[in-house]
Amino acid sequence: MNEKFTRLTAVAAPYEPVNVDTDQIIPARFLKVPRKDGYGKFLFHDLREAPGFVLDRAPYDRAKILVANANFGSGSSREGAAYAFRDAGFRALIAPSFGDIFFNNCLKNGIVPARLPDEICSSLRKELSEKPGSEITVDLEAQLVDGKHAFVVDPFFRELLLNGVDEIGMTLSMLPDIENFERAYASSARWTSAL
Amino acid sequence: MASTLFAKIWQRHLVSQRSGQCLLYVDRHYVHDGSIHAFEDLAARGLKVRRPALTFGTPDHYVPTTSRSAADAPTAEIRFMVENFDRNVRRHGIPAVHLDDARQGIVHVVGPEQGLTQPGLLIVCGDSHTSTHGALGALAFGIGQSENEHVLATQALWQRPQKTMRIRVEGRRPAGISAKDVILAIIGRIGVGGAVQHVIEYAGSAIRGMTIEERLTVCNMSIEAGARAGMVAPDETAFSYLAGKPHAPKGRLWDEALKYWKTLPSDPGATFDSEVSLDAATLEPMVTWGTNPGHVLPVSGSVPAGETRALEYMGLQPGTRLEGLKVDRVFIGSCTNSRIEDLRAAAAIARGRKARVPALVVPGSGLVKRQAEAEGLDKVFLEAGFEWRHAGCSMCVGMNGDLGKPQERIASTSNRNFEGRQGRGARTHLMSPAMAAAAAVNGAIADVRKMS
Repeated sequence: MNEKFTRLTAVAAPYEPVNVDTDQIIPARFLKVPRKDGYGKFLFHDLREAPGFVLDRAPYDRAKILVANANFGSGSSREGAAYAFRDAGFRALIAPSFGDIFFNNCLKNGIVPARLPDEICSSLRKELSEKPGSEITVDLEAQLVDGKHAFVVDPFFRELLLNGVDEIGMTLSMLPDIENFERAYASSARWTSAL
Repeated sequence: MASTLFAKIWQRHLVSQRSGQCLLYVDRHYVHDGSIHAFEDLAARGLKVRRPALTFGTPDHYVPTTSRSAADAPTAEIRFMVENFDRNVRRHGIPAVHLDDARQGIVHVVGPEQGLTQPGLLIVCGDSHTSTHGALGALAFGIGQSENEHVLATQALWQRPQKTMRIRVEGRRPAGISAKDVILAIIGRIGVGGAVQHVIEYAGSAIRGMTIEERLTVCNMSIEAGARAGMVAPDETAFSYLAGKPHAPKGRLWDEALKYWKTLPSDPGATFDSEVSLDAATLEPMVTWGTNPGHVLPVSGSVPAGETRALEYMGLQPGTRLEGLKVDRVFIGSCTNSRIEDLRAAAAIARGRKARVPALVVPGSGLVKRQAEAEGLDKVFLEAGFEWRHAGCSMCVGMNGDLGKPQERIASTSNRNFEGRQGRGARTHLMSPAMAAAAAVNGAIADVRKMS
C-alpha cells in the first residue's frame, strides 16, 4: 500500500558525488534484515562511519529531501536502497538523472524521484550548502520544485501516489485483461509454455 | 514500419496501456535467494503466486561455495536466506533447482544453460544483471522487489517505454581480446550513465562473430552503462546454442518457435534514439582503476588524475602504470564470467604456472563445474594453486561471506568495482578471465598478450 504524496516542504540536504551506486546507499550485508526492523539506519552506512557526513550534521540531519547529482542510484536493483531512504524519513529525491531500477523502486516506496536539469540541481545544492537548513518544496500535483522548477513523474505513478492507490490491487482488478491476453498469447506462442 | 528487436518484443507482450505506462506480460520470472521481501510482502497480503509454472528459482547470492549445504553458511542469517528460499519456492510450487542439484547456479548462468531463456521472451528477475539474457534475443531486465511481488501476483508488470541505443562493434578482435574487454571499452566510451533510460541493441560484425557465452558477457554489463537491458538479434548462433537444451522447444514446437524467432531482428531502416560505434580491431585488454566500471583503461594505460575520492579509496597515485600493479587476491567467477569458455580462457593461462596470491575460481553453475572437471580444468587450477569452489555469486558481491579484506587489491572477473562491493575497503580491478588468471600467476596486473 502506497502512502499518499501530494506536496512536501522540508529541510533538504545537498549531496555532491556523481554516479552514486546503490552499494553506497546500502551495503549488501544489510539486505537480509527483515523490513520491519527498519532500514533507515543503513542509509549510506559505510560512508557515515567517517565523521561529518552531511546527513549527520545539523540541520541536515532533519532532511526529508536530498538534492543529489547525475546517475543517482545506479547499479544494483536492491530495493533496500529505497527502503533506507524511506525509513530514514525521505519522501523526495532530486537529481539530474537516476538509475532506472532505483527510480522505479522509489516510486513503489512513496518517494518522489524528481529529475531537474543539471544546472538547477547544482544551484540548489550550492544554495543548500550556503544556507544550511533551507527548505525545499516538492509539489507532485503541480510537478514543480519550489514553485518554479518543472519536473515530470510518469502520469501513471503520479496518479497512484497522489491518491495513495495500491498498484497490485489495481492490476488485480484488471485480471480479465490479463487472462484474455494469456488465451490469445498461448495459442500464438505455444512453445513458451509452462515449465 | 521498420521496427526494432526491442519494439517487436515489447509490442507482443503488451496487455494494456494506462497513462503512458504499459502493462507487459512476463514469460519468465526468475527468482533467487535474495527475493525474500517480495515473498514476505506477498504472504502479508495473503496472495498466491499466480503462475508458478512461469516462475523459476535457483539460490545463488547467499549460497556457500565451500560445500552444497546451507548448514555451512558462515552465519545463521546467511543460512536462513538459503533455507528461506527453499521454503518459499516449495510453498508456492515454483519450479526450482536447489543447492544439492547439479543444475543449481547463478540464475543468469542457469537460465540460458537450461534453455529457459529464449529469443523473443520477456524475462524479469530481481537482479540488475538480468540484462544478461538479452544475449539470446530476449527482452530481459532487472526489477526491484515490489516489482517482483507484482509479477508474482499478476504475471505482468507496468513499465514505461524505453529509448533505444544501438552499439555497433565492427571489425575483428585482436588475439587476447575478450568479450569482457569489448564491454568494458563500451562502458569506458559512453560512461556509467551513458545508457540510462535506454535499452541497448549490440550489433556489428564483432558481435555477430561472438559465441553466445561471449554475448552473455557483453549483455550482462549493459546495466553498468546504465541500460536496464541489452540485446543481440537472435541468429543461427543463438538457435544452435538453444537446440537440445532441456527447456528449449522440441519437434514441431521448435519449428514454430524458429519461424517466429527469425522475424525478431530489427528491420532494415529501423531507427534508434542513439547510435554508438566501436572498432574491435583497436581494442586492448581493459582494466578498471577506479570505483565504477567507467573508470577503465587499456592495460597499457596509467592511472589518470582528477578522481581524488576514487584514487584515495583505491590507494593509487595518478601516473601509476596499471601493468605491474601488485594484487593481493584474484576472483574468477560471477554472472559476467563464470561459464565454461571463461574457465577455459583462465585455465589456459594458469596451466603450468603457479598463483602468487590467493586465487578463487567459482564456476557459474554445477553443470559448468562438471564440464570443467570433465575437461580437467579443475586440476589445472588446483595444480596452479587456485581454489576450486562450488557454484554461486560468491565474491562478486560477498553476500555469502566470500569477501576480500580492507585495502586488499583484487583482480576480479566480476562486474562492479564499487566501494565496498567485494568487502569493506577492498579494492577491485575488473578484467577478463584470462587477465585475472595472468594477475594471479604474476601477483600483479599483467598484459595477457605477452604470455603464451
